[in-house]
Amino acid sequence: MPASSRASRLTLRAAALGYLAALLAIPVAMVFYRTFEHGLGPAWEAVTTPAAQHAFWLTVTMVAIAVPLNTIFGVGMALALVRGRWRGKTLVSAIVDLPFAVSPVVVGLALILVYGNTGWIGTWLASNGIRVIFSTPGMVLATVFVSLPFVVREVVPVLREIGVEQEDAARTLGASAAQTFWRITLPAIRWGVAYGVILTTARALGEFGAVAVVSGKIEGQTETMTLFVEQRFQAFDLTGAYAASVVLALLALAVIGTMTLLDRRKEN
Amino acid sequence: MSARADALGLPRRAGRARRRGRAAGPAIGGALATAYLSLVVLIPLAAVVAESTSGGAAAFWHAVTSPQAVAAMRFTVAVSLVVVALNVVTGTLIAWVLVRDEFPWKRLINALIDLPFALPTIVAGLVLLALYGPRGPAPFDIGFTRIAVGLALAFVTLPFVVRSVQPVLMELDREMEEAATSLGARPRTVFARIVLPNLVPAIAAGAGLAFARALGEFGSVVLISGNIPFKTEVASVFLFGQIESDNRAGAAAVSVVLLVLSFVLLLFVSWVATRGQRRAR
Repeated sequence: MPASSRASRLTLRAAALGYLAALLAIPVAMVFYRTFEHGLGPAWEAVTTPAAQHAFWLTVTMVAIAVPLNTIFGVGMALALVRGRWRGKTLVSAIVDLPFAVSPVVVGLALILVYGNTGWIGTWLASNGIRVIFSTPGMVLATVFVSLPFVVREVVPVLREIGVEQEDAARTLGASAAQTFWRITLPAIRWGVAYGVILTTARALGEFGAVAVVSGKIEGQTETMTLFVEQRFQAFDLTGAYAASVVLALLALAVIGTMTLLDRRKEN
Repeated sequence: MSARADALGLPRRAGRARRRGRAAGPAIGGALATAYLSLVVLIPLAAVVAESTSGGAAAFWHAVTSPQAVAAMRFTVAVSLVVVALNVVTGTLIAWVLVRDEFPWKRLINALIDLPFALPTIVAGLVLLALYGPRGPAPFDIGFTRIAVGLALAFVTLPFVVRSVQPVLMELDREMEEAATSLGARPRTVFARIVLPNLVPAIAAGAGLAFARALGEFGSVVLISGNIPFKTEVASVFLFGQIESDNRAGAAAVSVVLLVLSFVLLLFVSWVATRGQRRAR
């Protein structure tokens, strides 16, 4: 290889890695350093306060509700979109992708307008004593909204690729629709579903804007991990903000690790 | 790799689609799924549109042309355009280096590209502030400036162009490049005349989605920008303020403008994708 081409290759590499370091790696490392610069103690104290623990468990609750709901919906919707034949399919498929294009703040506003005390459905709910906005159900709705497309998007192409031959064979051999789904379809799409679940979880864990709007940010009640980070920062408690960020960053790294493992699974 | 592109909403590249219509079972599932979709997504978004016009056309116009709203939207579009332009260059560069270059830790760095997607946006903002903010160790302080907003947007939109270009670059037939080189073309000419034209649809798709994301971004900007009206306030932060001060109709009107903009961008992306696929055939 001529020297000039080697030099230009190294220049490109340095530019790309330098950009990534300045934008991603060093800032993230900085927060880890700031969190642990005075040892593990203060960081541990900051994330074990009652408010922090409450925020952590509330986030876990959000994920525990939103992810299964969106997984069931996602697999069902993907099956309907790929295997079904019905009117308006193209339109519905486009609507599924909408949450990607909507600002989280607009999501929050939209939910308030429908489920708030004076909202379309909220008025009726309120007269029956059900509170959605400024309470957990509204936050679940916001989380479901923003993390809705992932499972559908992962499963649709897999369903297309596997085709219908095996499903047809099972059916001809007398399998019921349920048997065909559990024994043939689901095993074939399992890695797609798994990938979708991981992405849904990541989005649900990290949602901020939509949840901020509908939660009312009531400390110790409607505060998730991400809202806790903001609240600690605004209260000039940087140790608390950094420590909670590190918890979320570790979860993000776990997500990326799982994605990489699944990538390898799929390649094999 | 394509699965990772899905995470960002990038269009799938042409695959072998095998389809056949099937029985009524899925149709019932489809009806249920559509009902769920309506309750969570469709009815709320319809409510935003309805609310925006609740005071009539004049009120709508008044809300979207208020000086603070115009300033916020103008700044949002401008900073998003700059960030997208930056992404086009750096994203293509990073994709190129990750596909064509070999160096230690490449797998790890490749996985790291997804970090802005997996990291909560509020943490992204905090992380940048910790390094480049008032008390950070960096030699300059960009906290609460327009540059800070650009930086936050660059962080969260980083994966789009990279993940869009990477698979195309991997599949690109290298024989054409070798032929051009053997005919005496310089590396720069080969890139500009052979490689780049093939990447344009992927770059455009990634750029479109990055732009849509930047227009609506909230979490990463809220801490680092300082939210100074007429200066560093972006559209979503402006909206948040309007909702907090209970101006729902005004907020809805500006939301509709944002919604239309991002919807047009999504249409553009899917148009680019189908066009790219047709050319590939």
